[in-house]
Amino acid sequence: MEKIKTIMDEVKQKLSDVTDLGELDKVRVDYLGKKGRVTALLKGMKDLSNEEKKTFGAEVNKLKGFVAQKVDERIAELKQLEIEREIAAMPKFDITAPADLSRGSYHPITLVQRQCEAIFKSMGFTVEDYPEVVTDYECFESVNIPKHHPARDMQDTYYLENGQLLKSQTSAAQNAILRKYGKNLKENGVPIKAIFPGRCFRNEATDASHENTFFQMEGMMVDKDISISNLIFFMKTMLSEVFRRDVKVRLRPGFFPFVEPGFELDINCLICGGEGCSSCKHSGWLELCPCGMIHPNVLREGGIDPDEYTGFAFGLGLTRLAMMKYKIKDIRDLNSGSLKALSQFTDDE
Amino acid sequence: MFLSMNWISDFVDFTGLDKLELIRQFSLSTAEVENDIFFKGSQLSGVVVAEIKSVEPHPESKKLHLLKVDAGGEELTDVVCGAPNVRVGMKTAFAKVGAKIGDITIEPRPLAGFMSCGMCCSEAEIGISDDNSGIMDITDDIANGTDIKDVYEIDDIVFEVDNKSLTNRPDLWGHYGIAREFAALAGRELKPLDVEELKAYDGLQKVDLKIEDPLCYRYSCLQVENIKRSVSPVNMRIRLYYCGMRGINFLADLTNYLMLEMGQPMHAFDSRKVGKIRIKRFDKPFVFTTLDGVERNIDENTLMICNDNTPVAIAGIMGGLDSEIVEDTTTLTLESATFDAASIRKSTVRLAHRTDASMRYEKSLDPELTDVAIARFLNLLKKYDSGIKVVSALTDEYAYRYPKVELSFDKAFVDRYTGIQIDNDTIVKTLKSLGFGVSLDGDSFDVVVPSWRATKDVTIKADIIEEITRIYGYDNFEVNTTRSPLYPVRPDAVKTDEDKIKDMLVKRFGLHELHSYVWAYADEYKALGIPVEENIRLANATNPNIETIRNSIIPTQLCQVKTNVGYAADFGIFEVGRVVTGMDENNLCVEHKKLAVTLYSKTDDVKTLYLKLRDILAVVTDDIKHKTITFEQAAPTHSYEHPVNLNTVLLDGKELGVMGIVHPEVGKKIDKKAAIVFAEIDMQAFADAENASIVYDEPSKYPPMDYDISVIIPDGVLFADMAKCWLNEGGEILKNVRIVDTYDTPAFHSVTVRFEFSSKERTLSSAEVQEIMDRIVENLKGIEVYLR
Repeated sequence: MEKIKTIMDEVKQKLSDVTDLGELDKVRVDYLGKKGRVTALLKGMKDLSNEEKKTFGAEVNKLKGFVAQKVDERIAELKQLEIEREIAAMPKFDITAPADLSRGSYHPITLVQRQCEAIFKSMGFTVEDYPEVVTDYECFESVNIPKHHPARDMQDTYYLENGQLLKSQTSAAQNAILRKYGKNLKENGVPIKAIFPGRCFRNEATDASHENTFFQMEGMMVDKDISISNLIFFMKTMLSEVFRRDVKVRLRPGFFPFVEPGFELDINCLICGGEGCSSCKHSGWLELCPCGMIHPNVLREGGIDPDEYTGFAFGLGLTRLAMMKYKIKDIRDLNSGSLKALSQFTDDE
Repeated sequence: MFLSMNWISDFVDFTGLDKLELIRQFSLSTAEVENDIFFKGSQLSGVVVAEIKSVEPHPESKKLHLLKVDAGGEELTDVVCGAPNVRVGMKTAFAKVGAKIGDITIEPRPLAGFMSCGMCCSEAEIGISDDNSGIMDITDDIANGTDIKDVYEIDDIVFEVDNKSLTNRPDLWGHYGIAREFAALAGRELKPLDVEELKAYDGLQKVDLKIEDPLCYRYSCLQVENIKRSVSPVNMRIRLYYCGMRGINFLADLTNYLMLEMGQPMHAFDSRKVGKIRIKRFDKPFVFTTLDGVERNIDENTLMICNDNTPVAIAGIMGGLDSEIVEDTTTLTLESATFDAASIRKSTVRLAHRTDASMRYEKSLDPELTDVAIARFLNLLKKYDSGIKVVSALTDEYAYRYPKVELSFDKAFVDRYTGIQIDNDTIVKTLKSLGFGVSLDGDSFDVVVPSWRATKDVTIKADIIEEITRIYGYDNFEVNTTRSPLYPVRPDAVKTDEDKIKDMLVKRFGLHELHSYVWAYADEYKALGIPVEENIRLANATNPNIETIRNSIIPTQLCQVKTNVGYAADFGIFEVGRVVTGMDENNLCVEHKKLAVTLYSKTDDVKTLYLKLRDILAVVTDDIKHKTITFEQAAPTHSYEHPVNLNTVLLDGKELGVMGIVHPEVGKKIDKKAAIVFAEIDMQAFADAENASIVYDEPSKYPPMDYDISVIIPDGVLFADMAKCWLNEGGEILKNVRIVDTYDTPAFHSVTVRFEFSSKERTLSSAEVQEIMDRIVENLKGIEVYLR
């Protein structure tokens, strides 16, 4: 019995001395293992009388239970200690150090273009792609700008050696789009609703506000009974979506050969809200996009009967829009290829 | 073009109306008015007509004079004046004490020792001309002390209209046409012009005139003599000056005045030089001196006004020096004509000489104007110089008449086009106010377009819509969406792929999208040692550096990499842009939309970078097409391509594009220490490749089995060669093969290849896997690949 008391004390002491689970397991084996000391006590019982066996056995079993319990307790303690040590070992990081923001970027025109495309896609317009090298017919003749028309003077066009040209306006796609979708309009009553963003070229000297290469987005809709009222609606809706606010628009007569009537569309200045500021030259308005009802000659040339169908068309300067949106002052930055300038534009939707 | 509200008010009574509001409406309904509106005379007050009563020289100054001036007060005023033209009895503009000229208030002040109580003003000082040579010499009989604004039209509202916005409106190139618009907008009458009745001279002899060329539509002329007046009336000069013209002399001013009033350019010849008017072109080029003294080369396409065979004026552009009115001219021949607009425009371009006259002729002027302009000219001439004498009958050849434009439409047409309801009365009233003849029968309109709108401007029904709606006011429109039926929209394949690729490149691979120009940048290429390859050129490039259209985006991107060296140790750029690769059988450009990607790295070696680019292309294709790209060694065709590791990129065995490493010669010029690799993919070819559909592969319930072998690979053996060794051996159960480790020593190149086996039907046995692997190892021996 003395031994039991001794073992109990020993175990208490040893368990409190161990500091890791490996050592602790050794202590456990040392007492509770097949050759352990508690087991040895049981083995030493064979010499005792039955009465003694009974009493002593019960004591040893108690001891066994005691040791096992103490070991389990100590395991739990040590596990807890280990977690605490691990927690204590974790250094505090300096999250105020600048984050690594290295990532890709979109060209700002892509962002603005996508935004415009999304608006029109949501209203059932197709997005059309068109070549940059076009014929005189595509760019001028087919959109009611015959040879020697003064409108040709207004655009200094880049001509190629073979007589083709770099398109000076996205309108160069109008005829092809009217033809592409005209059949479906006439046979199945499916209205033509298309936008066609693209790069345009003008042979002019470049400076902070002039570029020989720039992006436009043109759009048109043709159906029975498309009206000026509809045109104003679409323009106002589009621009309100683009600028994410209720944009006030006003139309003024404007002369563009491919529309009749033709308009210049102004929006109330985004900077001053129409009060007048230096951005809008104190007029409160910004001239933003030419638009109008598609000229009957253009429809006719596209194989569509202007007596049966009407349509509207508009042009929007994507380059100008991107400059307005991101407050880019020098238009040449856009084609500069400079990552310092152009790597700043991440997804903007 | 500057416009004077005073002048417009000659023709419309604006009493009770807000002129500024009308100008705003004009801007919204007719043509854009520039923002700055000039309030002429608003900076001037207290200036009166005064008479110089005495002139004494200043005792110490040669320039200054001591004047006594009668400014209408009881006493004469002492003034010290530096003007050279002072004389006793002269009337001038006098700023009294307290007068305001701009920011200056006139106060009594000593000047060179004498008190000066006011200031005699030049015309420039009071803002009515740019004449600052002396003080204003008033010849009109006006009582001293009269406020100068009470006698002269100094107060005026002047606004500017952008010429461009008048391109299609020949009728708006004079105040009378502008007044018609204002009258329509204000709902007031347009007063008729005061004109001279020319019939009165029908009995006189006609001028010898003959139009010998169809480019002249109409030529009207009249001879006048005994013109005595040389200086124009002050009010006429003020109007001309406010509208941006300098006063010259009475006759020149009057032709200019007529042009600004009616839009009809006029010219006065010395009748001695122009007795036999012929309008024609010449067979051969020659040199002609215009009245500005400039010698100009005239070619066979330029229409000339001639005295028989001697050219005297370039039709519609400028008169000649020889036939100009000179001091001893007694009889003048007044020309008022109309020419073919395109011809005048082309001539001005050829001569590089644009005048106020040619600017108007280019717009297709109304030929009906010519005789009216003469009648008006004569009216004004007589008014200001009553002694003149008309010495010929109006001589008028009308060779080409524009067809009369009559249009019929009904209200339903207007409703359909506008989308709103504008009632018949408003339509009739609007069109009538603009000079259209209108008759209405029920809902049907018959409209006669006035001659001044019928030269090109209003020709179709849609043009009538513009007339109705712009006066109605777009601000007054009810705005509605369409009622068109809805159908699904199928997006364009190239565009869809382009968007996806851009997203992946930016978001997954961290590349930067840049834009560039469609032509080769000759100077920048040169700096990199890249020759500009033969390709179609611009015919009218103004800059030799941007003459040739590019056939690839890669050289452009190499220039961009050069621009950005120093931006970061590693970066990648891309562009979806266009190139021209040649000409088709119709001599039209073959244009392609390309995706170009260039990677630059100072930290990766060239192999790593090259394989990164390979992975980008593979991942993009796998993601969008669910297919695997393959490669084929390519021979270099451009100087910037490294001959080694140049590969054609293929999808479904069809060529997509190329990927390679920059040629060391070019690379060194960009950055000696960096690796640069590039790829260019044809967007159409990419879009044309069909997307494989996703086939769901149900995960196996049985454990997979991996089997690794490490092999030594001799030089020249590719993974693709090894792949052939297991292509037909793995059966259903070999799912994937990949490299899990690479081990290189100077002696050999070794890789560990993992074969992944699995079956959906059963647990695989080691024996069957071993059997397959044995065959594969055996096959590998055939290409001298042995286990390590």
